[in-house]
Amino acid sequence: MYRKIVLGLAACLALSACGQNDGKKGDAAPAASGVQISGAGASFPAPLYAKWAELQKADTGLALNYQAIGSGGGIKQIKAKTVAFGATDKPLKPEELEADGLAQFPTVIGGVVPIVNLPDLQPGQLKLTGPVLADIFLGKVKKWNDPAIAALNAGAKLPNLPITVVHRSDGSGTSFLFTSYLTAVAPQWASVGASDAVKWPTGQGGKGNDGVSGYVKQTPGAIGYVEYAFAKQNGLPQASLQNAAGQFVAPTAESFAAAAAGADWTKAPGFYLLLINQPGAGAWPITGATFILIHKQQADAATGKAVLGFFDRAYSTGDAAASELAYVPLPAALKDQVRQSWSAVVGPDGKPVFTPAAK
Amino acid sequence: MTATTDIPPAVAAAPPRSAFGAAFDRGFEILCFASATFLLTALGGIVVSLAIGGWPAFQAFGFAFFTSAEWDPVQEIYGSAGAVAGTLISASLALLFALPLSFGIAIFLVELCPPVLRRPIGTAVELLAGIPSIVYGMWGLFVFAPWFAKHVQMPIMMSAKPGTLWEKITTGVPNGAGILSASIILAIMILPFIAATMRELLLTIPAQVRESAYGLGSTTFEVIRKVSLPYIRTGAIGAVMLGLGRALGETMAVTFIIGNAHGFPTSLFASGSTIASTIANEFAEATGVLHTSSLIALGLVLFIITFAVLAIARLLIGRQANL
Repeated sequence: MYRKIVLGLAACLALSACGQNDGKKGDAAPAASGVQISGAGASFPAPLYAKWAELQKADTGLALNYQAIGSGGGIKQIKAKTVAFGATDKPLKPEELEADGLAQFPTVIGGVVPIVNLPDLQPGQLKLTGPVLADIFLGKVKKWNDPAIAALNAGAKLPNLPITVVHRSDGSGTSFLFTSYLTAVAPQWASVGASDAVKWPTGQGGKGNDGVSGYVKQTPGAIGYVEYAFAKQNGLPQASLQNAAGQFVAPTAESFAAAAAGADWTKAPGFYLLLINQPGAGAWPITGATFILIHKQQADAATGKAVLGFFDRAYSTGDAAASELAYVPLPAALKDQVRQSWSAVVGPDGKPVFTPAAK
Repeated sequence: MTATTDIPPAVAAAPPRSAFGAAFDRGFEILCFASATFLLTALGGIVVSLAIGGWPAFQAFGFAFFTSAEWDPVQEIYGSAGAVAGTLISASLALLFALPLSFGIAIFLVELCPPVLRRPIGTAVELLAGIPSIVYGMWGLFVFAPWFAKHVQMPIMMSAKPGTLWEKITTGVPNGAGILSASIILAIMILPFIAATMRELLLTIPAQVRESAYGLGSTTFEVIRKVSLPYIRTGAIGAVMLGLGRALGETMAVTFIIGNAHGFPTSLFASGSTIASTIANEFAEATGVLHTSSLIALGLVLFIITFAVLAIARLLIGRQANL
């Protein structure tokens, strides 16, 4: 028995040693042939960044090494300068950017949608307002046939079923956006507040979008919230929400784009803007961009140029890939504004590291 | 190497060789000492870095960090009591379920099993130990939890009389996620470790001892109860503590199925959290100094609990050995 264990351990060590060697060789090869940039952060846009990198690699030889370690990790890594860029779902405030000499810009738009498990209702039939959603997540509205819900859903057959609240257990940009929305539209939510992890007054926590949707699917009468891309890819039954214009809208690519188009980015230094409860008749109220962080003062101009060049190409050629993966591309005007802001990223000589091609 | 040690002193006294041999021996000694102390140093380093990392939290909350079950990242108030309670409850329940079962497996395999079945069952138990914990987590969430909710949780909840204590400790969301489900998954995970060790221990019993007992006219049950089990008692405690140690630190599987609510668990079916699941959930996205350091401090608490369990095991084994 012990001999077996020892032999097994030895085999494992030998294997992992080989693996490491292979890894080193693999890493060394592209560095010799093309530029390699490293990034770390939010897991939400990771599939898209990987797709963009794959599309560009053939043309430019640029190799992107993106680690989806979470927004918090991305912020820590870029502050420690261990990566060329950080990525976060939760934008840093202008004063935070200033303190660390960082520039910030959005790459793509996503949003959060409430998902429900109500067998008697058609998907998308349920209508909710922000304050009612807040009362549900506060545990104040406990049954689906509560008058507050019934008043919004005249004619719908609401069951006498207890509401099971499901939230994210892990710290996440999705929770940040969702709680920011509840804070913005419902004064009673102030007792909980907005953050990527909060003290939930009620309900169960599922790990990741998978965990939340798993609990919701298995529990009749459950309500949770997930990223739009995840809900769309998995065909989860969503609820409609009332937006700032008083309209009930369903979460679609169009309603996210409407929220982004209605926003005034020119008045947002560092692009610090959450697309919460935006004006516009068709705007989805829980929308947000995901962001890139990069040091304004680049020690190596070539790296900074490669990073900005990557996102420049992605803006120009990557919209189709984004839509395919159920992300919403930025409006063209915003892309140009971002490109202009890149002049603040300078190399050791004080000159901008990247100049976008004139249109 | 063997030459230097095996040669009689008279021959080894030849000057150049002896000098080399002495130096080599000295070097070898240092090497061995370094290997032996390396782990100790690493262990000390981990404790110190956890203590340093968690210091801001200990400073901010003082002793309340250990007694409070409040965990509020927005207000930045953190206490470890809820997670500690969840950890201890789920690990003890897991042990409670796994212990009799693993005893049964080990005794069956060694004493009663027909030789044809011995290998397949033994291998199956060992394979169970090789399943990655994330797989247990996914299986627990998507397969076990719905089954458990329908066939165990719902009948129990329906049959509980209102107002009784039983009703109080069996309330919860009827979807199979909670403290009890997590404990059962944990029990399945630690089962192979305890069972395999137990089997090895039973195999160490000399055949004469058992045969003498049979020779005196004991039944199989009497041999197991009065001869085999007392013989392996010391080692068995070690095996159990090994399992408990694993249950305390298990992360992924628990995170998937425990429901992840902070604070004290109020019933068997209620959501809870453990130290490991809280760290796994929040560490990646924790940006505030206090949040990060509270999570590191939680790690230190878990370290202390695990250390205490091992120390108690050592103590028990020592006492048994002296009897």
